[in-house]
Amino acid sequence: MSIEFEAPKPVVKMQTVLQTVAENMMRSVSREFDENEHTIPWDYIEFMHTAMRSMGGGSLAPQEEKPKEDAEKRPPIGYQMLAAQIEMLSWGDVGMYLVTPGGGLGAAAVQAAGSPDQKAKFLARFADKKPTFAAMCMTEAGAGSDTSAIRTRAVLDEKTKEWVINGEKIFVTAGDKSFTEYEKSGKGFIVVWASIDPSAGRAGMRAFVIESGTPGVQVTKLEHKMGIRVSDTASISLVDVRVPFENLLGSPTVEKTTKGFKGAMATFDATRPLVAASGIGVARAALEFVKEKLKENGVQIRYGLPRSKLTSVERDVIDMEIMLRSAWLMVLKAVWMADNKKPNALESSMSKVKAGDVTTKITQKVVEILGPLGYSREFLAEKWFRDAKITDIYEGTGQINRLVVARQILGYSGAELR
Amino acid sequence: MYSFEPNEEQQMLIDAVGKYAENDLRAAAHDAEENREIPKKLISKGWELGLLQASTPESYGGFGERSAVTGALAVEEMAFGDLAGALAVMTPSLFATPILLGGSEEQKQQYLPDIVGGDWAPYTAALIEYAIDFDPTALKTTAKADGDSYILNGEKAFVPFAKDAEAMIVYADLNGVTQGFIVPKNAGGLSVSDEREKLMGLNALPMYRVKLDNVTVPAINRLGGASGHDFDLILSSMRIASAAAAVGLAKASLEYSKDYAKEREVFGVKIAQKQAIAFMLAEMATEIEAIRLLTWEAAWKLDANKEDACAEAYLAFTGACDMAMMVTDRGVQVLGGHGYIREHPVELFMRNGRGFPMLLGLAIV
Repeated sequence: MSIEFEAPKPVVKMQTVLQTVAENMMRSVSREFDENEHTIPWDYIEFMHTAMRSMGGGSLAPQEEKPKEDAEKRPPIGYQMLAAQIEMLSWGDVGMYLVTPGGGLGAAAVQAAGSPDQKAKFLARFADKKPTFAAMCMTEAGAGSDTSAIRTRAVLDEKTKEWVINGEKIFVTAGDKSFTEYEKSGKGFIVVWASIDPSAGRAGMRAFVIESGTPGVQVTKLEHKMGIRVSDTASISLVDVRVPFENLLGSPTVEKTTKGFKGAMATFDATRPLVAASGIGVARAALEFVKEKLKENGVQIRYGLPRSKLTSVERDVIDMEIMLRSAWLMVLKAVWMADNKKPNALESSMSKVKAGDVTTKITQKVVEILGPLGYSREFLAEKWFRDAKITDIYEGTGQINRLVVARQILGYSGAELR
Repeated sequence: MYSFEPNEEQQMLIDAVGKYAENDLRAAAHDAEENREIPKKLISKGWELGLLQASTPESYGGFGERSAVTGALAVEEMAFGDLAGALAVMTPSLFATPILLGGSEEQKQQYLPDIVGGDWAPYTAALIEYAIDFDPTALKTTAKADGDSYILNGEKAFVPFAKDAEAMIVYADLNGVTQGFIVPKNAGGLSVSDEREKLMGLNALPMYRVKLDNVTVPAINRLGGASGHDFDLILSSMRIASAAAAVGLAKASLEYSKDYAKEREVFGVKIAQKQAIAFMLAEMATEIEAIRLLTWEAAWKLDANKEDACAEAYLAFTGACDMAMMVTDRGVQVLGGHGYIREHPVELFMRNGRGFPMLLGLAIV
């Protein structure tokens, strides 16, 4: 090992390809889909699906490493690749990135908590002919950051060996596309978090795969949002939903441990830096845009000068570059750790804290610097401002991630630092 | 490939320097600041760690290759102990490293074996000027070519160990470009103030004003010889060193205030169990890590001769100045009233933390 910052060649190659996609398939329609909320960008979805299939997978998720005999052993870069892809697609349009077909968070949960059989059964579909979606249903009206307050219940019907699930889920990203079958999409699924034993608290929490079209499930609402409008955010009600026994991810028996809950949290360790990467893509788009506009208007950024000699705008731009680059490096470290199977709960949450901060700060500052041009819907800066804000909220708010970071550095349990 | 783990050799160095920083530098830091003196024995012990020796090739008396990354790792560890002590131990590098980076073959042969092979000796450099608009790329001290010589005029500030210096590199403006000149002890027209600098922090480090009144040095004393040298490279190495030192200092403040917060009770719990404190600590840790990685990347780019290395060194340094202030300020805040008392080191960390924007030129990797 050593300290190195050379991007792996396959990553660089992928970035070049995706930049073209981002420019031609995303930026060009970014405004249109923002103005027409809940319209589905099928052209982009089908293009991405075809492209990903031709590369051997149907999803952005890291492919299972197949051990190659005789092949030279290369360090794994699955998560590094994924972070770079997400950053670039989000640079194109973060809302559209969120409707990229493939497993999304639903598949990530299966990846993290499923058995080999379950992975084979549920994940194969993403390589099928039609683009397919999956979603994670965690949040409820009364349970946001405090996921242990989840009220959705799963009860085993001993006679039929089916789980019967009741509850209400909100804020399900891609929930509609994952559950509702469209002519152009394949059969997806949602992963629903529910308690199999409320008296056990977090230890009783389990995730269930529910196939699209299952009776009792209803998409009741699509949210109208500040940003990422092209991405559907669904409310889903579950009334006596019957799910096969083997659709439970992990162990069906409740021990007095929080293993089940930790499964969910392990998913977050893997996905937080990816959400951070997505925010950073938006921030980079905004920063590049403001630099371009400043240049057009004859404003030079004089790098190398001491602080006291810089103009206010120069300071802002330089500060934004520091924020953006350092946040990206934190993402890289967190995903590098994930690739190398190093525990990364701390680095993962730190990267999310930092990215949440810098993406909101950068996009807000860019709108400010651009003045009327920034506030106008003629340009995308105001859209990036709206899109960026979600980075500091979903996948654990900035505050929840600070709590995780604090517990990690202090060596405190959840009980010691609430 | 990306990789974020020091190699084995670097890890050994980190461990050795870390041990010295904690057991020796930190233990002596309070008294050194109060007495305005770092014990000579302490400096010698730090010198024996061999940081400069390990980054000097064998042909010049050392046993390794210079690496900005390794340098940054070492400086961070060293500064974790005590900033003034760290700068004192590394002062000879201010003279030797620019020669390594930009010196002519003759200059390397003439100076490096003696410095690297000997005991710690006061070789130093003079970059900073006492002016509100101090800018290392637009110095007020001037160098003028005069036949086979250069004539230096101006005034330098914050020059460590200038009083006893065997020789120093003086940076001056030569036709609009910053260049270094080797000025020997007792050069005519060179005068060092009797009084030491009196500063908000870093009082253990003896620093002086240096006046240059028509100091004439032979042309071969220009760093790099007749064709000079690339000052950007030296400046970037200084910026990376400063950034790394800021990371080490900030880490010291975080570690101390974190330990304190886990001991101190309030309303029946430790203060660290209160989110108001815990979130401050989490943000300190996050900002430190952000600048550490930026510094590493800049150092790696410098080692790898990447085109944008100097630009990134500037960003890392600029970010480090803000980070050090933010973190060390909070370190004091976590301790509350006790943080303001000089018995605890956090107020010294904070006083030292504000120094980075002007202390460019006191460390180099």
